[in-house]
Amino acid sequence: MRLLHRHVQPRTVTTAACLLLVAGAVSCSSVAQPADGRPAELIVFAASSLTDAFADVEQTFEAEHPEVEVEVIVDSSSTLAEQVVAGAPADVLATADEATMQRVTDEGLAAHRPVTFARNQLTLVTPADDRTSVQSVVDLERDGVTYAVCVPDAPCGAAARALLDLLGVDAEPVTEEENVRAVLTKVTAGEVDAGLVYVSDAEAAGADVGVVDLPRAGEVLTVNRITALSQAAEPELARDWVTLVSSAQGQRVLASYGFLPAP
Amino acid sequence: MSPPGRRRLRPRSAHGATGAPPWQLVLPALVALSLLVLPVIGLLSRAPWSTLPERLADPAVLDTLRLSLLTATTATGCCLLLGTPLAWLLARADIPGRRVVRALVLVPLVLPPVVGGVALLTAFGRQGVVGQWLDSLFGVRLPFTTVGVVLAQTFVALPFLVLAVEGALRSADSRYDDLAATFGASRWQTFLRVTLPLALPGVASGAVLAWARALGEFGATITFAGSYPGTTRTMPLAVYTALNSDFDAAILLSLVLLVVSVGVLVLLRERWTTGVAA
Repeated sequence: MRLLHRHVQPRTVTTAACLLLVAGAVSCSSVAQPADGRPAELIVFAASSLTDAFADVEQTFEAEHPEVEVEVIVDSSSTLAEQVVAGAPADVLATADEATMQRVTDEGLAAHRPVTFARNQLTLVTPADDRTSVQSVVDLERDGVTYAVCVPDAPCGAAARALLDLLGVDAEPVTEEENVRAVLTKVTAGEVDAGLVYVSDAEAAGADVGVVDLPRAGEVLTVNRITALSQAAEPELARDWVTLVSSAQGQRVLASYGFLPAP
Repeated sequence: MSPPGRRRLRPRSAHGATGAPPWQLVLPALVALSLLVLPVIGLLSRAPWSTLPERLADPAVLDTLRLSLLTATTATGCCLLLGTPLAWLLARADIPGRRVVRALVLVPLVLPPVVGGVALLTAFGRQGVVGQWLDSLFGVRLPFTTVGVVLAQTFVALPFLVLAVEGALRSADSRYDDLAATFGASRWQTFLRVTLPLALPGVASGAVLAWARALGEFGATITFAGSYPGTTRTMPLAVYTALNSDFDAAILLSLVLLVVSVGVLVLLRERWTTGVAA
């Protein structure tokens, strides 16, 4: 409160407020149309399972396009799809399943037919210093064992539900996280005994987690889809990104992070 | 009417000698007002009115609302039980480092709630400073439980109650306390019979603020308590989750939260303002 007691003339305040408004208007328009000479920005919306793989792709892309600044925004595919539909300024969308991509194509927001560029498979991860020792999927049903999954709307949550049904696991999770990396974090922080994540997330976490292979996981493969968006401010760069991800080089990167090749 | 001589003592009306309100104040005020009101109008205009009855009949909505009301009210109770004594210590007791204590009380107020959630995990999580002892000694785990939600809400709401009650205690005349003491009342008796009744309006408004803050709690809750229907997914979390799939559902939940919170606040306010005036 004391901060506010300085003697500031009302006129100064009003002028400052007007200046702020003007500055806001100016910076808004400058985001939409970058002035010449400034680095172009490519905004990639990606499923959170792609966090590490796309960070790697980003380095390659920026090496090939030194004038471009790539911004990879990660969250649950369903969150990102909703944001794209709501008009978020993204150039590329990469999802972790078909359904969330369909949401965007239904609205006519994809610049081309989305491309399947990888597949993924679920696995069970446990904290590295596991005390309750979840050794198999059956252990999820033991008393006192807690596990996390994604919300059913997110691709990882839909896949987890399908797989648990397939395996006849009755035990309920203690939490449904908004995206797969939030599940992973709950596991690495040791707050839950296990979590259902993608093989690629387990790969990314490395020694921070123990991995329990799930039987029949191969029956619930998810597909990673990508498209340039019709609302892209940088349509050509967006297509370049899609091409790079689908190229042999991009595929090698994805494979190194545990993704399965597209069929 | 009142005699002419008394009239001068009254505050001048807006159009008195000072003239019309200056545009430098009116313009920003109108901008402020529309900034506050437009989002609510947007919510109302986009609401799925045609499907409203069937959507409202969904038991999941009522369960979520029940959980929100239960946790926010419990958290407010915790704030009253713990915060009022803390406010009294800050206002009336001679404790060393009072300024430091008050600054500590303010921390959750300035902390982004999600950071509060992370902090709660490091304290009360299974690997937390306190949490690991709770787990190993008593088998008590707070994250991912309804108790965890109440803890998160209490953490963020407590400063509101403490500040309001402390303010009420400071503005109340402490000489009544001294008077009670001269009549032989113990400090505890004085607190219960004299200090607290005098500060009651402040306690009430602090409780309302704390309740509203607890009801709207999102960041600390989703970080510390997770999100699961029936146990930890309160209304704000349900709104966020619904946004991933069904915008109409998110709007509906927002409307319910809006109606309930504004309704309760209006009811309580009328009750308490008349109580204060009497």
